[in-house]
Amino acid sequence: MFKNIAFLLFFVSQFIYSQETIKGIVTDENNQPLLGANVFWFNTAIGTTTDGNGNFSIKKSPETTFLVVSYIGFETKKIEITSSTISVVLKEVNTLKEVTITKTKKGTEHSLYKVQNVQVMGQKELLKAACCNLSESFSTNPSIDVNFSDAVTGNRQIKMLGLTSPYILIAEENIPSVRGASQAYGLSFVPGTWVESIQITKGAGSVINGYESISGQINYEVLKPSNDIPFFLNAYASQDERYEINTHFNNKFSDKLSSTLFLHGNTRVGKNDMNDDGFLDGPIGKQVNILNRWQYNDAENGIVSFLNVRYMNDEKQAGEMSFNPDTDRLTTNAWGSEINTEKIEISNKTGYVFPDMPYQSFGFQNSFQSHKQDSYFGLSQYDIQQKSFYSNLLFNSIINNTKNKFTTGLNFTYDDYNEFVNVNFNRDFSRIDNSVGAFFEYTYDNTDNFSLVAGARVDNHNRLGTFITPRLHIRYNPWKEAVIRASAGRGKRAANIFAENQQLFASNRSFSILNTDGKLYGLNPEIAWNYGLSFIQKFKLAGKDAEVILDYYRTDFQNQAVVDVDHSPQEVLFYNLEGNSFANSFQAEFSIDLMTHLTFKTAYKYYDVQTQFTRGQLERPLQAKHRVFGNLAYETHIKDKGQQWKFDVTYNWLGEQRLPYTQSNPVQYRLDGYAPAFGTLNAQITRTFSSTFEVYIGGENMTNYKQMNGIVQNENPFGTYFDSSMIYAPTFGAMYYAGLRFKIKDKKENHKIEELNPIGE
Amino acid sequence: MKRIVLLVLACLFSLTMVAQEKKSKNKKVVIKVAGNCGMCEKRIEKAAYSVKGVKNAEWHVDCQDIHLVIDETKCSADDVAKAIAAVGHDTGSIKAEDAVYDKLHGCCLYERMK
Repeated sequence: MFKNIAFLLFFVSQFIYSQETIKGIVTDENNQPLLGANVFWFNTAIGTTTDGNGNFSIKKSPETTFLVVSYIGFETKKIEITSSTISVVLKEVNTLKEVTITKTKKGTEHSLYKVQNVQVMGQKELLKAACCNLSESFSTNPSIDVNFSDAVTGNRQIKMLGLTSPYILIAEENIPSVRGASQAYGLSFVPGTWVESIQITKGAGSVINGYESISGQINYEVLKPSNDIPFFLNAYASQDERYEINTHFNNKFSDKLSSTLFLHGNTRVGKNDMNDDGFLDGPIGKQVNILNRWQYNDAENGIVSFLNVRYMNDEKQAGEMSFNPDTDRLTTNAWGSEINTEKIEISNKTGYVFPDMPYQSFGFQNSFQSHKQDSYFGLSQYDIQQKSFYSNLLFNSIINNTKNKFTTGLNFTYDDYNEFVNVNFNRDFSRIDNSVGAFFEYTYDNTDNFSLVAGARVDNHNRLGTFITPRLHIRYNPWKEAVIRASAGRGKRAANIFAENQQLFASNRSFSILNTDGKLYGLNPEIAWNYGLSFIQKFKLAGKDAEVILDYYRTDFQNQAVVDVDHSPQEVLFYNLEGNSFANSFQAEFSIDLMTHLTFKTAYKYYDVQTQFTRGQLERPLQAKHRVFGNLAYETHIKDKGQQWKFDVTYNWLGEQRLPYTQSNPVQYRLDGYAPAFGTLNAQITRTFSSTFEVYIGGENMTNYKQMNGIVQNENPFGTYFDSSMIYAPTFGAMYYAGLRFKIKDKKENHKIEELNPIGE
Repeated sequence: MKRIVLLVLACLFSLTMVAQEKKSKNKKVVIKVAGNCGMCEKRIEKAAYSVKGVKNAEWHVDCQDIHLVIDETKCSADDVAKAIAAVGHDTGSIKAEDAVYDKLHGCCLYERMK
């Protein structure tokens, strides 16, 4: 009997239990189920969302019998629940459909709310410089100066705050990429079409990526397989007979796993000598560059992982027009140079976000790189191979609440260098460098007008010793549409004096290192402090959106591996800094949207960069004190099928640059004390025929400015006075190019769907 | 036998109780909060953060709701609603006092919840 009652009671309780749950379906007026509709009890926080079939189940609430069902773009319904199953039909709100808001996205965005002085160059900005690799991507950005490093290799060098690229930490998705052996040519090994965006941080930067950055950080993001298009093709040809081809193949194996294969090839076949100095204006050569990128995304479990496998082979030949490497290599028949580089890279990064704590995450980055360069310049030889391993483990979380965040972690770097220099001496500089470090970075944000990032790291490096790197960034919004930023920080680095100054091999200068007691080629580590102040104000000028940016940065070297080309035109000296070395930079930038789709941007830059050389405290050579930048961009309104015209013009003016000392040379081999001021003009026109096909044509240096005396003693390159490193302007003159881009898009057009229903809103 | 039945029932009941009362340190909660503008957003989020145990607070003007992550051992969703109502914003469960509402900045005078 009792058994029966118990049985019955059990059933009753089950019955009551099942009564507690309400099941239902949410559909629109056409009986289509609505996915992700919100269902919750009126005046409570208890709720759920519908699944892919529009179904939901919700436990009965003791507080209310009214259920609220809502969905973006539909009228919200409040229903009294009387039975355990319901079906809800939501009415579409018609007015929503008719609203279209368009805002033209700027190519480069300056944030008012980020703590650091970061600017983001998006796809739009990157397309303005159609050619071809990362070293050429900055021509439309006033914060980065692009120069040619020498008259032989055609290599471009970038500068920020008046300091060359070794003082900038260049990272690919936060893994340091252009460093050590790849310092001179590394940027030209990243094809422009692979890049999704570039973040440029002026000043000290974060401690998370290392202790090496001094004047700033440049981070570039590569296209992500999960949101890439199935196929992309870009072809480019220029007047100087440079041809490039880029193809991307993307495949999404499932909603979690996707992969892109990037193939890049370029060849420069034209032997050009536009300034009639007997030397090629740019090298001839070819490059093959392959990247296979895999992405695994598991949003439910908070896991994102990337795997990159990359191979690159680059061959360059430069020198005299008559040089034939097969017969003239390392002889005095003709002066020539070959630089062959092979690079292999495997990297992985994995992120894990705690599903119930969106503000807490782990990140783990690992990268293995092998970079091998074999080269000769006339009779000098330079071979370097760097095998490196980089590992970084990060943990992000909060203290009490998300106003107080922190990142902490460990990182490890290992570099095995095989370096062989044969100039006026013949030496093997092979060595192993390794470092291990721990960092902690705290971020405070009052969610309103003030935030701060304070970070420090402790590292132990076998050559730099044990040291602390502190960094501080502050942001304050004093009033509407304005931001003031301040930063200060220390950087320390091991200068790779030969790899970073390869342009000097293309001269007959003799090399000497004056110090012998240091651990880096006899020299001490470079140490510098960087301080910065920045102000941005956005405003309306006669109803137009305008923006003013003022920046002031100072870098103060405590020690520097000074590269002295002024002591004598036949020598280059390397020594530890004795005295002062600093770089002051001031930049004023103004931009205005003159009318819809027409933007004008201009900047003035002032640099005062000085170092104590053997000849005294001098301006750094080949550095213009004044620079002016102007850019005008116009695009027509995009038509239904995507047709559009885009026009872009950039003007750069460089003031006088001090040239290295040459007064002890015979008269015909002397240069003036200062190089003349000059301007260059670049322009590009893009015609988009549809959202999948476009062509572009453009011109560089259209004012046709040429440095005629780029090479001293070019008629006898094995003579005492030969030097091609004193280059301040282009040697090629005007150059025109054309290219096309073709895309195959996903059938579903995911982007449009996303735009209509922003996820998470 | 009766005892066993009672015991089983009690057990079942208490289990449900436990399941319902288990306190999460990272509970996601959504509360309806009325407001208009960027100033409202700052005021609402500031009020939410003033409650001890609120780990994350993001108010969305278009949905008129605040997404919270709270430590339930330290506070409840109602505590947060109270704090938000105290600075003049109606919430789903607790309404702001008229006197406080009237003192809000002109652009913040949102349509009151019923």
